[in-house]
Amino acid sequence: MRVSALLRAARHVRWYIRELTDETAYERYVTHARDRHPGASVPSRREFERMRTDRQEKDPRQGFRCC
Amino acid sequence: MRTTTPRTIILWTVVGLVGAAGWSVLALSRGEEVSAAWMVAAALGSYAIAYRFYAKFIAYKVLKVDAKRATPAERLNDGMDFHPTDRRVLLGHHFAAIAGAGPLVGPVLAAQMGYLPGTIWIIVGVIFAGAVQDMVVLFFSTRRDGRSLGQMARDEIGPFGGAAALLAAFAIMIILLGVLALVIVNALAASPWGTFSIAMTIPIALFMGVYLRVLRPGRVSEVSLIGVGLLLLSLVAGRWVAESSWADTFTLAPSTLVIWMIAYGFVASVLPVWMLLAPRDYLSTFMKLGTIALLAIGVVVALPTLKMDPVTDFATRGDGPVFAGSLFPFVFITIACGALSGFHALISSGTTPKMIQKETQIRMIGYGSMLMESSVAVMALVAASIIDPGLYFAMNAPAGVIGDSVQSASHAVAQLGYSISPDDLARAAERVEESTLLSRTGGAPTLAVGVSEIFSKVTGGGLRAFWYHFAIMFEALFILTALDAGTRVGRFMLQDMLGNVHKPFRNVSWKPGLVLTSGVVVGLWGYFLWVGVHEPLGGINQLFPIFGIANQLLAAVALAVCTTLLVKSGRLKWAWITGIPLAWDATVTLTASWQKVFSSDPRVGFFQQRSNYQDAIDAGKVLPPAKNMDDMHTVVTNSTVDGVLSAALALLVVVVIADAARVCLRHVRHPGSSRLSEAPYVESTLVAPAGLVPSRREKEEARDAGVGTAPGG
Repeated sequence: MRVSALLRAARHVRWYIRELTDETAYERYVTHARDRHPGASVPSRREFERMRTDRQEKDPRQGFRCC
Repeated sequence: MRTTTPRTIILWTVVGLVGAAGWSVLALSRGEEVSAAWMVAAALGSYAIAYRFYAKFIAYKVLKVDAKRATPAERLNDGMDFHPTDRRVLLGHHFAAIAGAGPLVGPVLAAQMGYLPGTIWIIVGVIFAGAVQDMVVLFFSTRRDGRSLGQMARDEIGPFGGAAALLAAFAIMIILLGVLALVIVNALAASPWGTFSIAMTIPIALFMGVYLRVLRPGRVSEVSLIGVGLLLLSLVAGRWVAESSWADTFTLAPSTLVIWMIAYGFVASVLPVWMLLAPRDYLSTFMKLGTIALLAIGVVVALPTLKMDPVTDFATRGDGPVFAGSLFPFVFITIACGALSGFHALISSGTTPKMIQKETQIRMIGYGSMLMESSVAVMALVAASIIDPGLYFAMNAPAGVIGDSVQSASHAVAQLGYSISPDDLARAAERVEESTLLSRTGGAPTLAVGVSEIFSKVTGGGLRAFWYHFAIMFEALFILTALDAGTRVGRFMLQDMLGNVHKPFRNVSWKPGLVLTSGVVVGLWGYFLWVGVHEPLGGINQLFPIFGIANQLLAAVALAVCTTLLVKSGRLKWAWITGIPLAWDATVTLTASWQKVFSSDPRVGFFQQRSNYQDAIDAGKVLPPAKNMDDMHTVVTNSTVDGVLSAALALLVVVVIADAARVCLRHVRHPGSSRLSEAPYVESTLVAPAGLVPSRREKEEARDAGVGTAPGG
């Protein structure tokens, strides 16, 4: 009982950190793409992550932080 | 809605009493040292009541947030920019985006007026101005598909006001970057330990960048963990370096550090985002959230006593050594972020509105995050107020006042009405393993001393020097990230403006344009950094008020946009919600600008300062703290630039406010003539709770809809 509660807490923490760091961006994108366009091909994770940073390059206001 | 039960009445009465007890002890104690616990009680009690009652009132009665209306995240979901994000995750995102060096530095400097004025402004300001601004901007931007503040200003006020707002934002960015860089130069000068560990963040970030790009794309948490480990290692190694023969290599004079900072700013902003900026950002976010959490625990566990007076004589006399001018208006511009920050409006109208699941969550994300930011400012004020006031003034008064020995510093502090012996000053520096703490202006070193005091109470005295450098690194880390990111945003604005004159500039990837505009932006903030370091009257002393004025002027722009939107969307009778904060902010900032331009006190008014020094030059005299004729000429040039800048900034904002007032008046006279660019209503199919903890009804709704609130659900 206690072990399972601990496991559940650890899962929560892992979920939160992965979401907060946006590590889940790729999974989310793939799920979204499969959902909307079942036949279309999706980029690999490598291609996707490159696309993401290159977009930030184009518009630095993306993900801008405060002083 | 829950109905009032005896239990909730008792609960909120207790919360109210806790807050009231905190305020009474802070306000009424005279002559004895007060525990920081009372400040924490006053803050948390007030926040709770404000969040429960005022924020709720604004959300449901004024803005009329609608759980049935789909947000842009739901309507425009593209799996990338627009996607409904769990409210707890978005709270973390938004808070990490708004929190930075600002709320840590301002309160430390404002502590020269005593802890009470700062505490009142941080808490009252956030409740009625700062958090309201963040929430209202977030609401209106959400109703406009996540449109930016600049776009909303253009759409709702007009092209003239919009252009003035854009120009003001650019100027503010430049001053901000110059002053932040100055804070870091003052913290790292003559400190091999600090300089080494900060220098190491560059190779660490490069390594992380390659890891994410080539080795394991997208594995952010594992690479951040490795990065933080390396960071702590370089912090420990910094001590070895400082004790080794390498120490001289990393012992840099302020003027050398200026060159390094400018070079870094330029190179970093020209490099691809993945190499330096993105990994640095992960690193600084981890450190930021971690350290703020640690600090909150530290303050609550250690409960230190406040050694600073509640209100010092400088508050009324206006001759404080940290910055000149009296309590009104200067406390209210020195503490910007933490009470009211215009920069947050850029975040609230940036990524956050594109990710929010429900309009009802605007209170938690917009108002709630800002309350958290305010609590960070309270902690910074605690850290500055628990150190010996004598040490505080020795660290924060300009070198021209303090001199360059512990004897002269002790004497100067006595002149200011406080006391600290030369031995104590030497010992304070020794304990954090710095060669000197005299005139380490800018707030970061003072905060670091306070933080090391709190942390070493919890972890034992031996780690004091480690915690001092930990705090320095933590601030330097995200200020350096801000230099890089800010230069990019400034460059983007400049490219956009120049694009009107010469087309190729519009293409942000056009290399010559990119290098040129980066160079211009770095050159501009680099100029202020250079001036700040070489200013005979003290860089922070001269420049920080302009920084504060600039930041609060951006808030005035944001509040003017909010007020216009409230009026135009038929909420005229609630326009005071942002109208009163706007009136207060405009009064404070324009008074400060007026004094900085026209005051006949040479410590306050830039032009008076200029003419005093010019007269002395004409008479062939040298006025202290200037040491020679070169210094005299420097003062004259700098005062002229600072004075013109203060006047120009104030003028820009008057233009924005006047234009907004014109639009409001036109709407009141002819409601039919104004056009509102709100996105059309679409019914929402999402089910999600409004607050952190779902209510019983929200749980039932979620069950009925077949979704859980658990992870992955």
